[in-house]
Amino acid sequence: MEPVLLLAPLFAAAIAGLGQRFLGDRGAMALTTGAVGLSLALSLYTFADYVWLGGEARVIELFKFIDVGGFKSTWSVRIDTLSAIMLVVVTSVSFLVHVYSWGYMAEDPHRARFFSYLSFFTFAMLALVTANDFLQMFFGWEGVGVASYLLIGFWYDKRSANDAAIKAFVVNRVGDFGFALGIMACFFAYGSIRFDEVFASAAANPGLVFDFRIFQVPAIETIAALLFIGAMGKSAQFFLHVWLPDAMEGPTPVSALIHAATMVTAGVFMVCRCSSLYELAPYAAAFVTITGAVTALFAATVGLAQNDIKRVVAYSTCSQLGYMFFAAGVGAYGAAMFHLFTHAFFKALLFLGSGSVIHGLHHEQDMRFMGGVRGPMMFTWAMMLIGTLALTGVGIPGTQFGFAGFFSKDAIIESAFLAGESGRMFGQIAFWCAIAAAFLTSFYSWRLMFMAFEGKFRPNPDAHHDGHAHDDHAKGAHQGAHDDHHHAKPASGAAPAHESPPVMLAPLAILAAGAVFAGVIFAPYFLKDEHNFWRGAIERRHDPLHPPATAAQEPAHYAAPAAVHGAAAGDYTPAAAEAHEAEGGHHVPTWVLWAPFVVTLTGFLLALPIYFFSQTMGAAIARTFAPVNAFLSRKWYFDELYAAVFVKGARALGDLFWKGGDKKIIDGFGPDGFAWMSKFTARMMRLSQTGYVYHYSFFMLVAVAVIGAYAIWQGGAFQ
Amino acid sequence: MTGLPLLSLMTFLPAAGALFILAARWSSGPAHPGHDNGVKWIALVTTLITLALNLVALSQFDAAAPGFQLVERVAWGAGLEYHMGVDQLAMALILLTNALMPICILASWSIEKQVSAYMTLFLVLQTLMQGVFAAMDIVLFYVFFEAGLIPMFILIGVWGGKNRVYAAFKFFLYTLLGSVLMLVALIAMAIMAKTTSIPDLTAFAQAGGFSKGLQIWFWLAFFASFAVKMPMWPVHTWLPDAHVEAPTAASVILAAVLLKMGGYGFLRFSLPMFPDASAAFTPLVFVLSVIAIVYASLVAFRQTDIKKLIAYSSVAHMGFVTMGIFAGTEQAVQGAVFQMLSHGVISGALFLAVGVIYDRMHTREIAFYGGLVHRMPVYAAIFLLFTMGNVGLPGTSGFVGEILTMVGTFPVNAWVTAGAATGVILSAVYALTLYRKVAFGKIENPQLVTIADLNAREWVMFVPLVIATLVLGFAPMIALDFTRPAVAAILAGYDVFASAH
Repeated sequence: MEPVLLLAPLFAAAIAGLGQRFLGDRGAMALTTGAVGLSLALSLYTFADYVWLGGEARVIELFKFIDVGGFKSTWSVRIDTLSAIMLVVVTSVSFLVHVYSWGYMAEDPHRARFFSYLSFFTFAMLALVTANDFLQMFFGWEGVGVASYLLIGFWYDKRSANDAAIKAFVVNRVGDFGFALGIMACFFAYGSIRFDEVFASAAANPGLVFDFRIFQVPAIETIAALLFIGAMGKSAQFFLHVWLPDAMEGPTPVSALIHAATMVTAGVFMVCRCSSLYELAPYAAAFVTITGAVTALFAATVGLAQNDIKRVVAYSTCSQLGYMFFAAGVGAYGAAMFHLFTHAFFKALLFLGSGSVIHGLHHEQDMRFMGGVRGPMMFTWAMMLIGTLALTGVGIPGTQFGFAGFFSKDAIIESAFLAGESGRMFGQIAFWCAIAAAFLTSFYSWRLMFMAFEGKFRPNPDAHHDGHAHDDHAKGAHQGAHDDHHHAKPASGAAPAHESPPVMLAPLAILAAGAVFAGVIFAPYFLKDEHNFWRGAIERRHDPLHPPATAAQEPAHYAAPAAVHGAAAGDYTPAAAEAHEAEGGHHVPTWVLWAPFVVTLTGFLLALPIYFFSQTMGAAIARTFAPVNAFLSRKWYFDELYAAVFVKGARALGDLFWKGGDKKIIDGFGPDGFAWMSKFTARMMRLSQTGYVYHYSFFMLVAVAVIGAYAIWQGGAFQ
Repeated sequence: MTGLPLLSLMTFLPAAGALFILAARWSSGPAHPGHDNGVKWIALVTTLITLALNLVALSQFDAAAPGFQLVERVAWGAGLEYHMGVDQLAMALILLTNALMPICILASWSIEKQVSAYMTLFLVLQTLMQGVFAAMDIVLFYVFFEAGLIPMFILIGVWGGKNRVYAAFKFFLYTLLGSVLMLVALIAMAIMAKTTSIPDLTAFAQAGGFSKGLQIWFWLAFFASFAVKMPMWPVHTWLPDAHVEAPTAASVILAAVLLKMGGYGFLRFSLPMFPDASAAFTPLVFVLSVIAIVYASLVAFRQTDIKKLIAYSSVAHMGFVTMGIFAGTEQAVQGAVFQMLSHGVISGALFLAVGVIYDRMHTREIAFYGGLVHRMPVYAAIFLLFTMGNVGLPGTSGFVGEILTMVGTFPVNAWVTAGAATGVILSAVYALTLYRKVAFGKIENPQLVTIADLNAREWVMFVPLVIATLVLGFAPMIALDFTRPAVAAILAGYDVFASAH
């Protein structure tokens, strides 16, 4: 069953991709949607079986991938709490996005290719989350990267889309550079890359040190930090975040699936998967915390000043991922996974809702040219409202009333506070960043809602400048069925928009249900480990909010499922849970409990006069504080900085090595010089006076080579 | 084991085919298209029979046994002997050669200039390449190794592009310099050890026959030859020029097989025969490898000619091979061998892909192209797969070689590994940029409006390579299990780093 769950989308993608001429568009769409539907059904069954029906953690091994001198990886399907959660998240959002795309991509001539890519992505993501070792995880990790590359660049006629696709792949590769080195370091330190073996070895040998001759570093810290660099790339954390906003060049369903709900959360998943490593690596965990906290705040500030509706949601994703990371960094892995889980629903909802707006407004993505959309698109508005309430974490502290984000986000904020209290590094900073980011989140979310839906419609002065430059998903999609309704009364200030077809609205409704109820239903499981939910899949020993009540409930160390049989999970006893409840975890001061609520309300109240009651005040403020606005809307000038340093630098170095190194120096002194010995001599004479930078650089490079070789030689072989 | 000298049969069958073509050429009058077509078919059938013989040989080959098999040994007198045999390493490289040859003949179907001579040279080249890997005698090895230059030299010099003479000259100058030094070393070794048999020489060397001082000199002499072949930085500049001028099939063979002779030489001679010197020079090789990876990747990024770009990427990928070989751990050396095979498939396929559009448009300028996906969706998909293989995406064979060499080098020197790993980022930069410029975008060039997608012949060329790339990507153990005994034997003689892990 599990191999079918994993492989169905792969085969569907391959058949749809290769046989689109024979299947036709509808055939390809039906096949891929059906296959992902099958995966969804099996995932739901697996999850239900695992959580409620006594299913056990297990690993199904398919066949050997690599086995060289103990470096061993097996294609496997690992089922445990973490992967079961991810299976449900991935397949459910993927299935809904498939369905939504029937409507959204209805007129695109390359639908079959689109659906093939979507299904391939689903497969790669499933391979990532069900991995039993680092190498299969890396396979999925890069596989989702290539799917993301293909889907961002799906409209390959657009230069900007192609550039965004390459940017995404290359920036992710920077992260993967760290991830790959982390895998190597892991194998070097522990002689294995299987999760359970690695975690057991790490726990048994926490004092292991890498001796890099120049300096010595603790092995676990190094490995954990290197792996996290991979997560920074994949999950768009500070410094490596630059690709995510550009990724919005892809079709909106892609943004919902890959760049909101699933792929970008892979980094969080990985850190949680390796929670027992991070618990042994306080500095690496602190690195995770501070990176997450800074990202949460940074992205929220940038979100304030964006005008593209998708980019606001994209920065919001970036920011929420920051929350998940610092939660993991302070040891609240349950809260991190919980936020990942709820976020998948409400962020996919917000993206697909934005897509519905864009679709309804004939591909307008700029919120300055929206307004008055609520009337014609009532249903979409309602769905977006739910998504916003969930994202801003609306709920009443101390009760069970709240949207999904309320449960997960408040748990994270409280965890950060408690971690700070207990002296965990950067816990305090994370807490304050989180509070500030919550305020900003509320402000920009309501700004989005008001600018897009309220007030009078503000038509784009050059609306037909280049047709469908933004999201030209469906050229001429709106003749026929849609044109006859909702266009009736533009006089009232309503936008000339139309509501999206039911096939797009139904997924919104389902996601909205998740955004409302996922929190209240699953909070006890994720946060308090009810029904023995985690069974050792994450390290909960230092959970700030709800640490395991008794030592008995604590697994000895990371559970190591044998080939098929599950690990002996501690028996769940209601009595133990009640004892735990009575103890009530750690106590959070009332002001901390209410702080998120207060700042969220403040954000809303501040956005109200600026964007709801006034049509012009927002723009006026932006003008007044033009430098600040520019700084934020240009994303703190990261793109400009990177373009100047890395892109230009790579070009300059490439030219230097090619024209200077290869042509002038190597060929000049080598074969060409050999042939013209007399000229060669003259060239030698002239050399000292040339003043060409590449001459000097080349000799520097040679010197570096010689000195480096000498240094390594002197030091003897490593170890 | 039958008495049939299978190894010699398959080695010399292509040469026999070449003779047949020459005889037919002589007996018929002036060349005409019908004749040329017949010649192409003869060449194709010859290479296919060779491949079939190779598979028969493989079926008689004990994959698990260490040492050389299918050995043939005939004394020639004057102390010389004909001594052939293969271990798993040689067998794998011969199989790669023979599997690629029919594809190369297919890729040469569009050749019109002096077809008989072209096909003759190709078939002779096939014999010589097999001979390099199968020779168990250093004199024989040297003859094959050097003679192989000649057909390639002529192929570039006659069927090449505008600058073919310059390129052929450069190719010749570099390789000659290295080879002369190697010859001197070979003679000295043969005199000292009183044998020209490779296994005997290896045994002699491992019994301490060559002092450390002597090893240093021998190692350097061999290094001069193999480093040029690889090619390693800074003796790589012949490769881009040779590739640019060479006809498509010659480029494929150059990248896929000839470059592997350097790696093969390191594994067959340098490591087992001069272990002390190899250990001593490892830092040098490491530094040169890392420079090759970073430098060549950056240069590739700036190229305006598709073939040059791929040629520079070959230099970068060979950097992983040299790094892995001299790291001397099981993962590293296995990874290096795998990388050689994988690079043979992927770079071969990339040069074929360039050939497809070159055949149609007669230019390799990147700027000429753009938007090919509109007219050539199948081609675009195949080109994308091999681009991803070049980038080292997991699931393609390109990944396995890179990760294994790095995993194996990490314990020896983590800094070198980190330097090499930057190649993972840089390869994505140049390969995806190339792909964007060639395949994506709108068709701007009016000459491309009628360009046609792959024809049946081209399908047949690419399908085996696609399958090989993916199968080796998902189940690399097929190759790694096969090469393990040979690599273990090589490492057993080179146990300098036995304590490394």
